[in-house]
Amino acid sequence: MLSRVANTLYWMVRYVERADNLARLIDVNQQLLLDFESLDSERLRAFWKPIILSNGDEELFNELNEEAGSAEVIRFLTHDRRNPNSIVSCIVLARENARTVRDQLSDELWEELNSLYLSLISPDAQQQAEADPGPFYAMIRRSVMSFHGIAASTTSRNEAWDFMNLGRHLERADKTTRFLDIANYLPGGEDGGETGAPGVLHWSAILRSCGAMGAFRSVFRGKITPENVVRFLVFSREFPRSIRYCLDLVDESLHRISATPRGTFSCEAERETGRVLAQLNFGSAGDAFDVGLHQFLDALQERFNTIGNEMFETYVLMPERVQSRPVSSFTPISAALAWHDEQQQQQQQ
Amino acid sequence: MLRCLTGVGVVFQTDGKLARLLLKERKPRRRMFEGYDPGNFYDEMFAAPGVVRDHCRPLFERFNNLSESDFLSRKVTSELYFLRQGITFNVYHDNQGTERIFPFDPVPRVIPAHEWEHLEAGLTQRLMALNLFLHDIYHDQQILRDGVIPRFYIEQAKHYRPEFRGVNVPGDIYIHICGSDLVRGADGTYYVLEDNGRCPSGASYLLENRNALKRAFPGLFDSLGVRSVDSYPRDLRDMLHHISPRRGDAPVCVLLTPGCYNSAYFEHCYLAREMGIEIVEGRDLIVADDVVYMRTTHGLVRVDVIYRRIDDDFLDPTVFRKDSVLGVPGLMSAYRAGNVALANAVGTGVADDKVIYYFVPKIIEYYLGQQPILPNVPTYLASEEEDRKYILDHLPELVVKAANESGGYGMLMGPSATKAEIAAFRERIIADPRNYIAQPVISLSRCPTWCDGAMEGRHLDLRPYIIYGRDIKIIPGGLTRVALTKGSLVVNSSQGGGSKDTWVLRH
Repeated sequence: MLSRVANTLYWMVRYVERADNLARLIDVNQQLLLDFESLDSERLRAFWKPIILSNGDEELFNELNEEAGSAEVIRFLTHDRRNPNSIVSCIVLARENARTVRDQLSDELWEELNSLYLSLISPDAQQQAEADPGPFYAMIRRSVMSFHGIAASTTSRNEAWDFMNLGRHLERADKTTRFLDIANYLPGGEDGGETGAPGVLHWSAILRSCGAMGAFRSVFRGKITPENVVRFLVFSREFPRSIRYCLDLVDESLHRISATPRGTFSCEAERETGRVLAQLNFGSAGDAFDVGLHQFLDALQERFNTIGNEMFETYVLMPERVQSRPVSSFTPISAALAWHDEQQQQQQQ
Repeated sequence: MLRCLTGVGVVFQTDGKLARLLLKERKPRRRMFEGYDPGNFYDEMFAAPGVVRDHCRPLFERFNNLSESDFLSRKVTSELYFLRQGITFNVYHDNQGTERIFPFDPVPRVIPAHEWEHLEAGLTQRLMALNLFLHDIYHDQQILRDGVIPRFYIEQAKHYRPEFRGVNVPGDIYIHICGSDLVRGADGTYYVLEDNGRCPSGASYLLENRNALKRAFPGLFDSLGVRSVDSYPRDLRDMLHHISPRRGDAPVCVLLTPGCYNSAYFEHCYLAREMGIEIVEGRDLIVADDVVYMRTTHGLVRVDVIYRRIDDDFLDPTVFRKDSVLGVPGLMSAYRAGNVALANAVGTGVADDKVIYYFVPKIIEYYLGQQPILPNVPTYLASEEEDRKYILDHLPELVVKAANESGGYGMLMGPSATKAEIAAFRERIIADPRNYIAQPVISLSRCPTWCDGAMEGRHLDLRPYIIYGRDIKIIPGGLTRVALTKGSLVVNSSQGGGSKDTWVLRH
């Protein structure tokens, strides 16, 4: 597969996944607010700020917005094209990437993404989102689900699929760290009330963002503690949005691409993935709280970046640096001349 | 955003599915073609007011019996198809990036079998002759020695590439894909208006027009005997395989595109996918030891044939335009060495020159010893003393064209031009006569077209696609472009043109 195409497929899926996670986050946060009565704007802000902080977009947000109420934050995260990580920006980029490699995608897959794009850029999309956010964000989530479902049932299990999977799981792992990180940004417990230190409601909101509530309950019998949530969203072997699970799939995709056995490495991306995976396979929630949850998650995010960069180096950049020129073994003389000779011979016969 | 869908409004439901169509107010029932006036032109469907041509009768009956709302909802079905497929172009009047579809008229243009046979014979003859001409021009130049074409016309042709004289191309084929533009005069005669022998575009629209019409009118095709156009990508791929310089194993063919910001990018992707070949940009290819490779996740892979959708000028910055970032350094030396084939070959633009067009009937006679089956539109050359005098005396009646412009640019439509425009062209012609030709205005044939509430006649042309590989194949049909503006003769999509499906009948 062309290096450029591999890279484009990878980013297409990453952007789709990013938009989906953001939609989940916003939706759950909005529902969370319903559990609290009569919040003043100060405390409202306290709910939204962590989302911006955990995505690392604080500077841009402050630059673009003087106010920081719910409406501004939601607009910034959903519709603002000036924010490259807003839902709309992500879908625009995903669709642009898809357009570039349209020949690799099934018609249905393209149509799904294109329909989502068309509905998001339609003039009344913003108004719709503000008037009735529930169905709006549900529409995005459903469309992304369809996208993944169509991809799964119409894409050959070849390199295209592997690079798409790579993008999806690396992004998903990254986003799960950011969901968890929100807990670190929530306002401290100075007023000791419901909006104080991250409590059960916050942790359960984080679980709901990941669609993990039901699965979590069946494992931990409903005991929502920070340790259990981290145990589940970071270390679970079984839950598809847990970091360990995603990294396991990243590792699998990388080895399918390089056609080397798992447990070994043939490039730096595989090596780094193997290391992270070992840490997750043999680590525990205690490790995370020992170094501090925020530092722990931050370190993971950095290592995910390393994996992405090394992957790029190996499969996209490397061929550009090809120094040793392969010797052509098949054409000792001009191929055209040989062909002409052959043509003439055929004519003579 | 969807204002482009004329006559209807489309809204999105919150679930994101393109959905409900709100049809405009309904009018009292009347027949689709009631009161249709073929006017003083050759009409593709009507021989006279109310008199339907025989070969159009079944189609006429199907359409005439539709109610307006049924027709409109089917029209919208076809438009949604284009929108969903992303067959759109951008309008940049706001930062939202508005997407529009190319206007598509659901009433097909029908060509009966005997007319098509005539066209096929004429186009085949023309392409054979043009290829013999190009081979001659890039080798011995016998036609110039024999004085059939004055030498300076060739040497001053903008797209003549003297540096490629003596380079042999596989099978001596230069124009592998040709998209000649045909028009019909007032008596129904088909004329060749121009030959597009460089990178003719539009074939994907032809195929997608058919797909869209099939969706909108699923029942139409079964009984009417319309010839299928499906084979085009296959024929194209067979041709690419045929010209591969490497024999034996399956050749690696790629489509070279300028990139996703090119207005024809959709077509490039579409054709690459239909053919099952890679679509590459210049940066995906490298040349080493006169061999072209593409950069893949598993290293370099040798490329044998390039279906290039980039003009000569941009192919190789070391030979042509130095500032081109679209091309591949070293590609021309690989081409010269015969290690890679290009479709179309380098230098075919000389046959596109509108001055050379004037000579095509002579070219056919010279190489094939035959009379041209399809005539040219009568043409005057500004660089010939007598013709120039005629042109300058008759500017308000003539169409003047620059020799190397396309897309409806660099053109003077005498009858509709202002005095100032005519004066400006007069100066230009006198200053650079080699670069101008003139033709009488052809009153292009018309076809019923849905125009805001009624069927009206609109002018059209036809671009068939001819593939020259092992033999010459012409896809039955072509891209029919229609000037949607009343009375307009300009069919280019950049100037308010739309398109129609083109039917070639089996019988």
